[in-house]
Amino acid sequence: MSRFSTDNESVAKEIISRYPLPKSALIPLLHLAQEQNGWVTDDAMLHIAELTGTTPAEVKGTGTFYEMFKFHPVGRYVINICSNLACQLLGAEDLLEHAERKLGVKVGGTTADGLFTLEDVECVAACTEAPALQVNYRYRLRVSVDDFDQLIDDIRSGSASDIPEHGTLSLVRQRIPADRGAGIVPPDEAREIPVWMARNEVAEQS
Amino acid sequence: MPTHAYVPHAPGYVDNDGPKIVTRRFPFEDSYTLRRFEATGGYDGLRSALGRAPTEVHSEVRDATLLGRGGAGFPAGIKWGFLPPGKYPYYLVVNGDESEPGTYKDRLLMERDPHQVIEGCLITCYALGLSQCFLYVRGEMALAQERIAQALNDAYAAGYVGRNILGSDFSVDITMSWGAGAYIVGEETALIESLEGHRGRPRLKPPFFPAAIGLYGQPTIVNNIETMANVPWLMTNGAEQYKTYGSESSPGTRMFAVSGHVRRPGVYEVEQGVTTFRDLLYGDNFCQGIREGHELKMFVPGGGSAPWFFPEHLDLPLEARPVGAAGSMLGSGAIMVMDETTDAVKAALRLVRFYARESCGKCTPCREGTTWEERILQRINDGEGRPSDIELLLDVADNISPGPYPVASHPDEDLEAVPFPPRQTTICPLGPSSVAPITSTIRRFRHEYEAKITKRDSIPVSAGSVEVES
Ligand SMILES: Cc1cc2nc3c(=O)[nH]c(=O)nc-3n(C[C@H](O)[C@H](O)[C@H](O)COP(=O)(O)O)c2cc1C
Ligand code: SF4
Ligand code: FES
Repeated sequence: MSRFSTDNESVAKEIISRYPLPKSALIPLLHLAQEQNGWVTDDAMLHIAELTGTTPAEVKGTGTFYEMFKFHPVGRYVINICSNLACQLLGAEDLLEHAERKLGVKVGGTTADGLFTLEDVECVAACTEAPALQVNYRYRLRVSVDDFDQLIDDIRSGSASDIPEHGTLSLVRQRIPADRGAGIVPPDEAREIPVWMARNEVAEQS
Repeated sequence: MPTHAYVPHAPGYVDNDGPKIVTRRFPFEDSYTLRRFEATGGYDGLRSALGRAPTEVHSEVRDATLLGRGGAGFPAGIKWGFLPPGKYPYYLVVNGDESEPGTYKDRLLMERDPHQVIEGCLITCYALGLSQCFLYVRGEMALAQERIAQALNDAYAAGYVGRNILGSDFSVDITMSWGAGAYIVGEETALIESLEGHRGRPRLKPPFFPAAIGLYGQPTIVNNIETMANVPWLMTNGAEQYKTYGSESSPGTRMFAVSGHVRRPGVYEVEQGVTTFRDLLYGDNFCQGIREGHELKMFVPGGGSAPWFFPEHLDLPLEARPVGAAGSMLGSGAIMVMDETTDAVKAALRLVRFYARESCGKCTPCREGTTWEERILQRINDGEGRPSDIELLLDVADNISPGPYPVASHPDEDLEAVPFPPRQTTICPLGPSSVAPITSTIRRFRHEYEAKITKRDSIPVSAGSVEVES
């Protein structure tokens, strides 16, 4: 259970092919695991280690450094309220308190129905639109307590259609068509001077 | 088509009358599409570059004095010159990790004009003979990731990226990568560690900077998103034209995010060097002054890591040198404005808490020091402070960044400014950044600290028991 599905395994291989060395794909692959299951399971980390030729300990060692990766189940919607300075100046503390009351959980907690996890996060790069929050990394700006209640109601009733389930980031995946790629190889296989540089060196010398 | 106002499809961005380089397509609703990009001069800079020798393209950027927009303001053309000849492959890593408190402009550039960033990367790879480019987007920025992935897919299909670009012998791949929530990964060597699949912890530098030993041990150029976004315009219009904007030492325009207690907060593209803080904070075209019925108390001039400024600094130009001499930095182009209702201790605590949370833990003065700074500030703010706490805070700070720490002058008390930058006992500047809010507020608002500290004397600990003296 919780290894990559067949489809996701081929997505994983495509991601790995975009890097000179497979280990560089660790973070994107951990995201893929989180997209599939909502959190990062031990089996997924084993699978990532197999695919990248690393050890499970290396995968976990890297993954646990990064705050976005969850190693236990979280709510289907993770609400990240920014409480850094620019948002604090315009009411983030009140919003956070209100959110705790509305959801009936403390920061870090998940509602009993497994729908919401509440987090108090650092600046989300929307400081002029304070207070700002993200739900599964989709923005809501200049959020009043009424806006917050509306947002929760909308998610509960299924009308917040721009918000995918937790773990999904970009809805578009990069694809490099086989006949268009310049050729991604390990550093050891790219020691030659690039052709356009060689041509110009020759031109300069003559 | 200037709108002189908020642009509804780019929340946060405010259009204004000034000259525009990197945001000029933002007023178009479809500014992020290849169609709009091509219809508005897109990829002309790349065509122009491909018609010239790589060294000429490099010279154009050097002549323009294109200053890096990621924080340190180092000239891109000079950095590019540090690549050791012949040690191929070279890599380009573009820094879109933007997480400094108060900062956002790279997110807008990635969301609203991804092709412009891609074009800048292509020109850079052509000029320097780089083998592959990695566009590293902050993990939390899902929309930016979507827009860049789509733009790359379209650009590959149209022959702008990949093999034999536009029919030439220039070939390069661009890989979008994305992070997972760690401010420190914005530091260039931590970013490289993260791209190699490791925990994002900085490498010790000097002696080796990424241009000598970077990704996979190979020479690597790290530039900011906004730096890259300037390159296409520069290539199309030339260094001379670029230098007609801004001042001599800071040519061109720059994006500033102004947040907090102003009437019209927003992200503005303005001319560097010739615009002042006062223009930006009070101008009709810009933020239109402090919110109704209030007055300016203080502001953070360059992201959470910058020492704070006060009303007497408003007439300084938005230019590195004078701001540095006055004790702070323009950093990441983020100005956070606070009016007289703001509690200086509480505001400082919030920023210090950020550094304590984000310290990567690699060096002791930062890992332990930021944690102690937060704890001491927290107890002062809670009314549990001890009389010795102000000195203790300064002492902990001094262990991270041996003083005197950069700080603004205090005219009422005849205290001179200490110019930027700070010294450090740490591997990277994150630890020293935590000191900025502390020294800035203690110098200026010591009375606010004192008012919060209760009359209790320090708590002596004797063997076996804890006594509280009254
Ligand atoms: C703690 C820390 C965080 C940083 N975060 C960023 C960031 O998010 N984006 C960025 O471009 N530069 C950041 N920098 C600066 C980078 O290390 C590097 O100088 C920059 O990306 C170089 O690009 P430029 O020369 O184009 O400015 C950070 C530096 C430090 C010390
Ligand atoms: S100063 Fe802090 S963030 Fe930087 S390397 Fe040391 S512990 Fe890590
Ligand atoms: S401080 Fe809240 S988004 Fe930047």
